[in-house]
Amino acid sequence: MFAIFKKELRAYFTTPIGFVYSGVFLAVAALICAFTTLQQASYNTSTYFQYLLFTFIVLIPLLTMRLFAEERKTRTEQLLLTAPVTITGMVLGKYFAALTLFAATVLASCLNFVPLLGYTISEQAVSTSDTHIGPVGGQLVGCLLGVLLIGAAFIAIGLFISSLTENQLASAVITIGVLAVLIFIGIVAGQVNSSVVRAVLGWISVLSRYDNFSLGLFDFSALLYYVSISGVFIFLTVRVYEKRRWG
Amino acid sequence: MIKIDHLVKNYGANRAVDDISFEVAPGEIVGLLGPNGAGKSTTMNILAGYLSSTSGRVLVDGLNVLDQPLEVKRRIGYLPEQPPLYLDMTVEEYLIFVYNLKGCTLNRTKHLQEICEVVKLTDVYKRLIKNLSKGFRQRVGIAQALIGNPPVIIFDEPTVGLDPKQIIEIRNLIRTLGRDHTVILSTHILQEVQAVCDRIIIINKGRVVADELTENINRVGASCNRYQAKICGPQREVLSMLRDRSDVVFAEALSARDGEAYVYHIESTKGIDIRKSLFYALSAKGWPLIGLETLGMNLEDIFITVVDKTDDAAEGRKQRRTGKKGPSRSAEKDIAQSILDATAAKQESIAPYEGDE
Repeated sequence: MFAIFKKELRAYFTTPIGFVYSGVFLAVAALICAFTTLQQASYNTSTYFQYLLFTFIVLIPLLTMRLFAEERKTRTEQLLLTAPVTITGMVLGKYFAALTLFAATVLASCLNFVPLLGYTISEQAVSTSDTHIGPVGGQLVGCLLGVLLIGAAFIAIGLFISSLTENQLASAVITIGVLAVLIFIGIVAGQVNSSVVRAVLGWISVLSRYDNFSLGLFDFSALLYYVSISGVFIFLTVRVYEKRRWG
Repeated sequence: MIKIDHLVKNYGANRAVDDISFEVAPGEIVGLLGPNGAGKSTTMNILAGYLSSTSGRVLVDGLNVLDQPLEVKRRIGYLPEQPPLYLDMTVEEYLIFVYNLKGCTLNRTKHLQEICEVVKLTDVYKRLIKNLSKGFRQRVGIAQALIGNPPVIIFDEPTVGLDPKQIIEIRNLIRTLGRDHTVILSTHILQEVQAVCDRIIIINKGRVVADELTENINRVGASCNRYQAKICGPQREVLSMLRDRSDVVFAEALSARDGEAYVYHIESTKGIDIRKSLFYALSAKGWPLIGLETLGMNLEDIFITVVDKTDDAAEGRKQRRTGKKGPSRSAEKDIAQSILDATAAKQESIAPYEGDE
């Protein structure tokens, strides 16, 4: 499993995908951060993270589209499946490789908060009141955790879709579609009058469980929800491979 | 070492492997021979644990592939039909990846170096796989299978797409490997198995139609009634004389010429050796015969010999599937066996077969 993890992580940077992904991610994150905090003269980072979630719709499929589709097309999966590695080990190796790159870029994008801290110090120097100045640590940590969990769930979904096709483009487009539905369904839910439909849509929505995190609250049930989504889709991917063996 | 027991594989309604059974002893080099789509690759994929069988079982070293997949996979080095190469890696990176993937515990530098010397990859060790020629890629695929020194090595059509020199090199390599590994290879080229294998298993339409030592198959290969003759003399008259003979069923002139001689293809009635009488007949006419060789059977001819005669047995199979009684499996094998024996005995006088490479 570790061999596959290492190979996948390397493969991101021997092909342009890793660079394109991290480059675009960091640039867009920096832009969003500048618009939502510096330009608004606000310390509130929750808007930043919310916008960041929208970029996942396009960026996460970049990470996951090739994981299985490419192996299937070039038939290198034969090597992995005839090596003394379990299918679960193979799937997890790939999952964690994508997750690692994702988490690394999200953490790297925290550099965006440095200017905020800089402002904080200079404002505190001239401030005479006791009111809070600077970004709220709890909110930052909560949002980061929430974003990471949502990303982990999205990667598992992308991984699963990649295992269904040997065409990378199809894999990417389908993943974009699925992630877009999952994100926008929460917004649509807010516009619906019927309380029943709203409840159902809200339940499906991935975003509705993120709200507590964005307030800086640690929501254990939400954590469980996102981890379960990842687990379910990793399990389904394993099943896809099991089934293909028998098919 | 390897025991395949009533293996069946269905792809939907399509039966790719239909009740195949055979055993391979340690240190044996066995060739699976058959036309494209005969079920060779499927059998090998099941053996390597890539596919699962619909029914039947596969034992490697007494371990069932389904019960202890990891233990079995550790004992097998597998080169699929298309070598599973990551084109973006260098040979070195790729082999190190496979080394880690197999959880190999031998000394890495030394082990990889040895393998590269065996398959002659040392010169391209630092190059990207995508820049390598087909022959070198195939060798990287072979090197990959050898990592970890597995006792069983499976090669699926190892020489397809290689040039003649590379083919000979790979064949020699396989023979060398056969000294301390059990090797199974598949091919649709008769000469290949003849050159490399101790034993040949012929598969057609998912069934074993013959399981023979190579020497026995060689005799069948020589049992032929087709000749190529080079005869000096007027082409049209020679041809009509050949066609008039009662023991010739077919004769044609080829466009090739050897000096003043024309080249002819002649097919005699089955079981009759026309070479002597042909010589005297031509000599009486004053047309010198300056060359005469028997044309060996190719794989298709052997199939016709072996497969045709098993048709009755196939009929029996159908009856058995529908519940009626037909010839048993062993009876069917006996038929194939008797043909092999009969043809071999009949043709003893004919010179040994030489491959037409």
